[in-house]
Amino acid sequence: MNISRRQMLVLLPAAAVAWKFVLAETPEQSPNYKMTEHWWGMLIDISKCIGCGNCVRACRTENDVPEGFYRTWVERYHVSDENMTEPEVISPAGGENGFPVAAEDSKKYFFVPKMCNHCADSPCTQVCPVGATFVAPDGVVLVDPKYCLGCAYCVQACPYGCRYIHPKKEVADKCTLCYHRITQGLTTACCEVCPTGARQLVDLKDPKDPIHEFLKTHAVQVLKPQMATGAKAFYNGLDGSVR
Amino acid sequence: MNGVEGFMYPNEIGLQWSVLIVLYPFITGLVAGAFILASLERVFNVTAVKPTYRLALLTALAFLLVAPLPLQLHLGHPERSPEMYFTPHSTSAMAMFGYVYLWYLMAVLVLEIWLDYRRDIVLMYQNSKGLLRMVYGIMTLGSTNISERSLAIDERVGWIVTLIGIPSAFLLHGYVGFIFGSIKANPWWSSPLMPVVFIFSAMVSGIAGVMLLYMAITKLRKHKIDVRCVDTIAMYLFYIFIIDFSLEMLDLIHRIYEADESFRSLNFLVHTQLFIPHIVIQIMLGTLTPIILLGITQVVKLPEIARKRIYSVAGCLTLMGIFAMRWNVVIGGQLFSKSFLGFTTYKIGLVSKEGLLVAIFLTLLPLFFLWVLVKLLPPWGENTTHATAGD
Amino acid sequence: MSGLKDAGHLFRFAGLFVLAFLIFLVVRHYIVPKSFGQYGHYRGAAMGEIAAHPAKFAGHDACETCHSDIADKKKTGKHAHVNCEACHGALYQHVAGPEQPKPGLYQRFLVMVGKAIPPDPAVLRHADDPSTVVPVKPDTATLCVRCHTASAAKPKGFPQVNPAEHSNGMPCETCHQPHNPAIDAGGAK
Repeated sequence: MNISRRQMLVLLPAAAVAWKFVLAETPEQSPNYKMTEHWWGMLIDISKCIGCGNCVRACRTENDVPEGFYRTWVERYHVSDENMTEPEVISPAGGENGFPVAAEDSKKYFFVPKMCNHCADSPCTQVCPVGATFVAPDGVVLVDPKYCLGCAYCVQACPYGCRYIHPKKEVADKCTLCYHRITQGLTTACCEVCPTGARQLVDLKDPKDPIHEFLKTHAVQVLKPQMATGAKAFYNGLDGSVR
Repeated sequence: MNGVEGFMYPNEIGLQWSVLIVLYPFITGLVAGAFILASLERVFNVTAVKPTYRLALLTALAFLLVAPLPLQLHLGHPERSPEMYFTPHSTSAMAMFGYVYLWYLMAVLVLEIWLDYRRDIVLMYQNSKGLLRMVYGIMTLGSTNISERSLAIDERVGWIVTLIGIPSAFLLHGYVGFIFGSIKANPWWSSPLMPVVFIFSAMVSGIAGVMLLYMAITKLRKHKIDVRCVDTIAMYLFYIFIIDFSLEMLDLIHRIYEADESFRSLNFLVHTQLFIPHIVIQIMLGTLTPIILLGITQVVKLPEIARKRIYSVAGCLTLMGIFAMRWNVVIGGQLFSKSFLGFTTYKIGLVSKEGLLVAIFLTLLPLFFLWVLVKLLPPWGENTTHATAGD
Repeated sequence: MSGLKDAGHLFRFAGLFVLAFLIFLVVRHYIVPKSFGQYGHYRGAAMGEIAAHPAKFAGHDACETCHSDIADKKKTGKHAHVNCEACHGALYQHVAGPEQPKPGLYQRFLVMVGKAIPPDPAVLRHADDPSTVVPVKPDTATLCVRCHTASAAKPKGFPQVNPAEHSNGMPCETCHQPHNPAIDAGGAK
């Protein structure tokens, strides 16, 4: 009984779809997934992040992120009250192994998880010369690794430093918002392993998503709003010193 | 991880664009500048520069043929580059550049050179043998009509092509500037002045380049340098250089005065890592010194030999300065973090795919192309008038 | 008429252009992927390919299907919202069996021409036996401190201790049961 339930849950859709992709000329989405019914984003709650690095490690495992590059990372800010514009920021190995213990002092500390903002008006897709990176109909910014030239123009155009050139594939690479997971009803790897719920995958087109209530009742900001990128990684409790 | 100071976003530590991307605007700049010099004679009737007309065109072609090579070598998947032509993305400056390049190469440069050389090509075709005859035969496109009327038509069409060529040359290099100037994420690049600065610096480098080439090749051929011609070129170089320098200073002063969020970071960069390439090489040695040298030749009456020496020195310094300018734009724009909290360093490899040796090779390659072109299509008036003597 | 004749070479040049353009159009027709432009200026098939990436984390729903006893225990405690794989690591393979090598070109060719049938997904991944990939029991000595070591950088309300002082070197699970860590919740063994 258990086994068949498990098959129903994970195995059949995943493997069957995977096999279909292998064979088909033009692979399709997961059969139950309608792109036009979603508009994905992420809610990041700075007041909840403890800098454990679970998200960074999980992302590397889930997405085979190459060593030395990051689809998500965590920064630690250390800001004095008299000089907000010059925060001390560290992110040792992207926070993958956590952070050194910080001793109490007169300045404030906080962690900021970073990732692709899946911008609606994304400057990176704007500059791609061939259409190898794009905002999918469900709001996820993706790279087509079979079409990308590896010119790195998009890497230059991203104000957030979220892209890199994959050292083996020699194409642009970035967070896919775990596209292979969210199209099958799972959450992203980073959200799955975040112990404090500092990250939450949100679907802005889903009227039942708690994000709507959250946005209504909290002071939420995006990174670098002056860039007008239409970023969809919403930060709760974002400090003005965060770059 | 070495060479990082302060905080960089973790993906920013390695530079995306290497010395090859420095070469690319440098080379396209030479193309655009050389063409503008050629058009001086053709469209603006500056007859003094006639001895360099054909040389300037061939120089432009030689450099234009090499221009896409650094880009190709830099791509992770060069084999996919035709996608730029098959599915150009309308919002990408880089995609449009592919078409601008092709337009400029085929519809402007090749057509203008062909029209200008057609009579010579036909004569050389008729007077050569073997492989060379075949090459010239292909170049005639099977038409040996060099009647008075047809040459008159060529002259008229060539004039129109040059006329179209001037905005095209501006477009070609303005677009290179726009590729950088339109990146809002990078405050070192993002500036509406960038395309204009690129156009004027292109003219400066192209004019200086052709002037040097003309003097060097004439010396090598043991002919006499036409001093009136070089004087005129130097004069144009001087005035355009002043415009170029004013624009660059305008950009700089504007940045310093506005002092936006990126200023502290960029200011630090200019005073440390970029001090030598930007302040010393680009501004002091590469811009102010040649402007002063050229200014002296404009004001003081100097003997011929002194003028020629000054032109050579000024020309070399100019090319160095413009190269430094491209370096400071491309490399300098990647040395600071977009968080404005830290800096990285660029270490150029020697033998890697995007290393120093490749860069030197790509710089010399256009000169080789030019040598072939000059052999094939001699630009010296004296040959063409009695080309029947054979080559 | 003779004017046209004298401009004949220009028409040849123009002809080359037209010819090149026609060749370009033909090549373009064959080269550009079929799904390009399906949804926008990109290859529509790319999304399916990206979505075909194998998952490594199964998600807590999958865990709770079998391990409902642990899920029940966890539900009432402080770690209710800490998902299983946050501590136990990526365990998709425990659920769905170890990843099988991708079918080779030849096998795919056979399937395509109808000489072979695609393998049953159940064979492709051994799901029948979770024991083919057995999760390693996490070491609490490194696991707990990763989150709960005291640091001024952590949110004030988050429970954090100085591990050396807090337990006198005793392992965490002496007092705290990880699935429901409060001591009065019967966590002590």
